[in-house]
Amino acid sequence: MSEAATIPKTNSFHMIRAMAGIGALCGLLIVLTFEGSKPRIERLRKEALQQALFKVLPGISETKTYTFRDGAFHPANDGEENLVYAGYDDTGNLQGIALEASGQGYADVIRILYGYDVENQQIVGFHVLESKETPGLGDKIEKDENFLQNFQALDVSLSGDYQDLKNTIVPVKSGTKSNPWEVDGITGATISSRAIGNILGSSTLQWVPLIYQQKSDFEQDGNE
Amino acid sequence: MSKMEMSSPKTNMTQKDPSNTDEFIKGLWRDNPVFVQVLGMCPVLAVSNTAVNALAMGLATAFVLLMSNILVSLLRNFIPKEVRIASYILIIATFVTITDYAIQAISVELHKSLGAFISLIVVNCLILSRAEAFASKNTLLKSIMDALGMGLGFVFALFCLGAVREILGSGSFFGFELFPSNFQDWVVMILPAGGFFTLAAWLLIFNLAKRKEAGS
Repeated sequence: MSEAATIPKTNSFHMIRAMAGIGALCGLLIVLTFEGSKPRIERLRKEALQQALFKVLPGISETKTYTFRDGAFHPANDGEENLVYAGYDDTGNLQGIALEASGQGYADVIRILYGYDVENQQIVGFHVLESKETPGLGDKIEKDENFLQNFQALDVSLSGDYQDLKNTIVPVKSGTKSNPWEVDGITGATISSRAIGNILGSSTLQWVPLIYQQKSDFEQDGNE
Repeated sequence: MSKMEMSSPKTNMTQKDPSNTDEFIKGLWRDNPVFVQVLGMCPVLAVSNTAVNALAMGLATAFVLLMSNILVSLLRNFIPKEVRIASYILIIATFVTITDYAIQAISVELHKSLGAFISLIVVNCLILSRAEAFASKNTLLKSIMDALGMGLGFVFALFCLGAVREILGSGSFFGFELFPSNFQDWVVMILPAGGFFTLAAWLLIFNLAKRKEAGS
């Protein structure tokens, strides 16, 4: 600290000028980049979501976004939450609803998209939107073919009064799946595959009865 | 004119004022930021699990290094000594943010796989060390050459790691399958431990080569 005494002090004005000047310049650069890249980033995000929708709802040719408010589904405006995505085939018939769900995985929160076939009361597609699971182990939830087969016809039938699921989706140990509502785990990705089963379980419990009861909300629009 | 160089002691270069080409070449080989200076190890170990990730991370770092070196060199007489580190970090953070947006605009997929490590370029000691040790004391042209050399050296080193780890750990190179399907992937190579193994192997090879060079 003896240095400070010997070195002549810089005028504080110069210091403030340098910091403020650099700060302003940096702020300007960031704002310019942000504004310049925003449209493209948003477009890419939308495209990625569209691709995922077509993947989880086989056989669709058109999608519409809905939001859940005041006990019913309405076509969504920008910036709304509680979104669900309805997929229609060529003739405008409702093929299924895609839903987003998330939950704690091994490394971080996993965000997934899954397709619900209202007619057959099944989960028919599954896609990982965001995951930081361990490469080579936990990320098998995106690649393992046996695991992905779980989501070709996963049973989410409703009970008699349409208020509740007959059976909640549950994860089971690898190779022990015996019922159509069970999710077979992956050896070497136990926690991650279990997490997917639980995420699906709680999300379907919340949404599937709602969607089934309100399915006319989607159909009316589709046939217009 | 004291130029703080972090070269290895065995260098037998002449000590006269180095030319622009020398400033460029030194980062590639003699003072390679990863293999000789061992700087910026966090991204080197973390995102070198595939060749694409390694290349993208290397290029992103090189871009930030180049831009911050340019700005620091231009502003070197304007920044008082007392606030220099704060100023450098501000400049570096700006270009990291710009890079972050740029990568998002290039590919959502790539941005997903690089994850948090893009923001962490801010604290990559390679960039701050070049700003403090070189750009703040040298002309614009020399700083650009230095940044290009160091940046490409960093890309080269990251690529060396990424290529080896992807080939052994996933049996592929830039996503193309290399081996027949019965090849058992060495999963450990794409986990953090594999990063250390590969880095150690490359350091060994690099040092053997240098020793041979010095001995001959």
